[in-house]
Amino acid sequence: MARVDVLMPQMGESIAEGTLSKWLKKVGDPVKRDEPLFEISTDKVDAEIPAPAAGVLAEIKVQEGQTVPVQTLVAVLETEAGAVASKPAAATAPAAPKPEPPKQTVPPAPPPPRAQAPSPQAPPPSPQAPAPVRSGDGGGVQTAEQRLRTKSTPLVRKIAAEHSVDISRIPGSGYAGRVTKQDILGYIERAPTIPAPGQRPQPLGPGAIEHPAVEPWPGDRVEPWSKIRKITADHMVMSRRVSAHVASFFEVDFTRVAQLRAKVKQTYAERGVNLTFLAFIAKACAENLRKHPIVNAAVSGDSTIYRADVNVGIAVALDWGLIVPVIKHADELSLIGIARAINDLGERARTKKLLPDDIQRGTFTITNPGGFGPFAGIPIINQPQVAILGVGAIEKRPKVVSATDGTESIAIRTMGMLTMSYDHRVVDGADADQFLADVKKVLQEFPEGAV
Amino acid sequence: MAAAAEVTFLEALRQGLWEEMERDDRVFILGEDVGLYGGAFKVTEGFTKRFGESRVIDTPISEAAIVGAAAGAAHMGLRPVAEMQFIDFISCAYDMLTNYVATARYRAGLSTPMVVRGPCGGYVRGGPFHSQNPEAAFLHTPGLKIVYPATARDAKGLIKSSIRDEDPVLYLEHKWLYRRIKEQLPEGEEILTPIGQARMAREGKHLSIISYGATLWKSLEAADKLEKEDGVSVEVLDLRTLLPLDDAAIVATVKKTNKVLIVHEDTRTGGIAGEIAARINEQAFEWLDGPIMRVTAHDVPLPYAPTLEDFVLPQTDDIVKAARWLAKY
Repeated sequence: MARVDVLMPQMGESIAEGTLSKWLKKVGDPVKRDEPLFEISTDKVDAEIPAPAAGVLAEIKVQEGQTVPVQTLVAVLETEAGAVASKPAAATAPAAPKPEPPKQTVPPAPPPPRAQAPSPQAPPPSPQAPAPVRSGDGGGVQTAEQRLRTKSTPLVRKIAAEHSVDISRIPGSGYAGRVTKQDILGYIERAPTIPAPGQRPQPLGPGAIEHPAVEPWPGDRVEPWSKIRKITADHMVMSRRVSAHVASFFEVDFTRVAQLRAKVKQTYAERGVNLTFLAFIAKACAENLRKHPIVNAAVSGDSTIYRADVNVGIAVALDWGLIVPVIKHADELSLIGIARAINDLGERARTKKLLPDDIQRGTFTITNPGGFGPFAGIPIINQPQVAILGVGAIEKRPKVVSATDGTESIAIRTMGMLTMSYDHRVVDGADADQFLADVKKVLQEFPEGAV
Repeated sequence: MAAAAEVTFLEALRQGLWEEMERDDRVFILGEDVGLYGGAFKVTEGFTKRFGESRVIDTPISEAAIVGAAAGAAHMGLRPVAEMQFIDFISCAYDMLTNYVATARYRAGLSTPMVVRGPCGGYVRGGPFHSQNPEAAFLHTPGLKIVYPATARDAKGLIKSSIRDEDPVLYLEHKWLYRRIKEQLPEGEEILTPIGQARMAREGKHLSIISYGATLWKSLEAADKLEKEDGVSVEVLDLRTLLPLDDAAIVATVKKTNKVLIVHEDTRTGGIAGEIAARINEQAFEWLDGPIMRVTAHDVPLPYAPTLEDFVLPQTDDIVKAARWLAKY
């Protein structure tokens, strides 16, 4: 029998601790590898954590409701002899790169293919992040992700050395998140100048923002922040502090969109999709983000990172806070695909079924408080992005319209305000307004064929 | 343009032998039942009638005697082509080949231009005595050359080059390919496949399969499947000559795709894949983007039972599976 330590996993960028919300197994229960072992609630998401190995749950070190830092020993599994030696590489890791993983040397150990037709020792990465395994050498603790990041093929190491690239920063698409040749070549191509590690801005840790204390008055209720409140608060202040916020307002005539929507809403509903104005707006943005790469970017130190993918975040207001699930590759989706994604992410946000990956790697954000009726609002940029679009109420208003013969009249039109906050460090007014003008144009002339 | 005729692997081999015997009267054939009977697989059918019994010699059942006689004739200036009725029985001539033939030039300054050829390989339900691939047993013998064609063109081109070579050549012909492989060969064209040169059988980008013989065709089939089903572009290198190996071609394909799968029908332990892997490790380590993989037969004598033979020998699906794994690595 061998023992495998189960640790509190790192579930995303800048997340330092997690609450063990529920044990799904009791001490003495047999567990299969990748079988859900416990549930956690982190700053941003709730997730089931699969067992890193097969065996028997021998000890529980963290009780339900306890909040512990990541890497804390949570449980111990007893596995059959040899299972540990052959399986640790199988633990899959979250796909998102970590900004600054500690550098550790791990001897290269590609999974030795056993027979003539090897079965993959590492399954394709699952969307869930299994608990990391404590390294057996006693020399500190690494997450499974960190250990895998330091494993790489000779070719990838050679390329990394030639281009002074830190492999651990590259998202890997190989087995168990391993960085492949394609990954590193793509990374180098996209990011020709990479700031040296020392110059990289540190991610915002918990407690980095101080919120001044205020004396409560008698009868007041003092409610300590939930984690999601705390991270939102820190993030908003940090964003205001680091970005040069400027806002542009565009009034958009949604009459055509409203007509199209009314026409096809029923057909969409029959396909299980609720078609909203937001879907049209997201579609118009996604299309134009590809054309205006500076709006689909991030700031890193003294560099601009132009994002290769167009991943549009949609802010969702929940009873317990705000969350921004992300539509990946939104520019590759049709209107119905976007509408479906918005429905799906919203539903899963409300039912706490979002996976860590669902809220990561956004490149642009849309927030849509229009349903509540504001004329317009000025949103705060979702760092490290450089722009966020706010949608005002869409309603019928009197509007001056010109006929083709030049005569003007007042008509009843479906109007709405689009507001974009952008980071003037990298996005100039002309960039932002050209982008918004293009978005407006798509919305006002929305092609019927695209519905 | 000369007309092209479709010929089988076996017919191409037969033509090569025929042309060399027509060209050079020092060339002669010896072996069991090669004369009047025309050989167990009819490779030498009609040869006696054309070339006479002095150039197509039926021998007693003694592989040691056949190889020994061929060596003596080669020393005396002839160009013998010795047939092993099944290559499995070449082990009876192991001493003559390794101790005598391979060393003659180095030991005694004796030129030994001779060819030992015979049907090898499985996939034909032949069982342990009629399905072997003996290349690894001779790979370790300096002084020999080993060729192993996979195409009809190379069957012809390599037998001709082997006969013309100044050193002893072991020519392995896969019996599963004999009548399965058909190819248009231009009539009247002199085909001479150079010994020691691999052939690019299929260009690819993501992964290289190195193979030869019958598994070359299974590798090509796997490559098509991977292209279609996975969008993985697979390069396939046909070694053609196993000794000496074409290091330059092997290294070139590694540097191109960075991932290598070696496929052979011979058993795994001590098989040629190990040697190729070692050379890649020595010459192209930093170009590897994944472990060097092998798909080979299991380490057992080949069973008769069809289901067991299918299990033991490498099949297309085994190659697909391994390549898929490697492609994703």
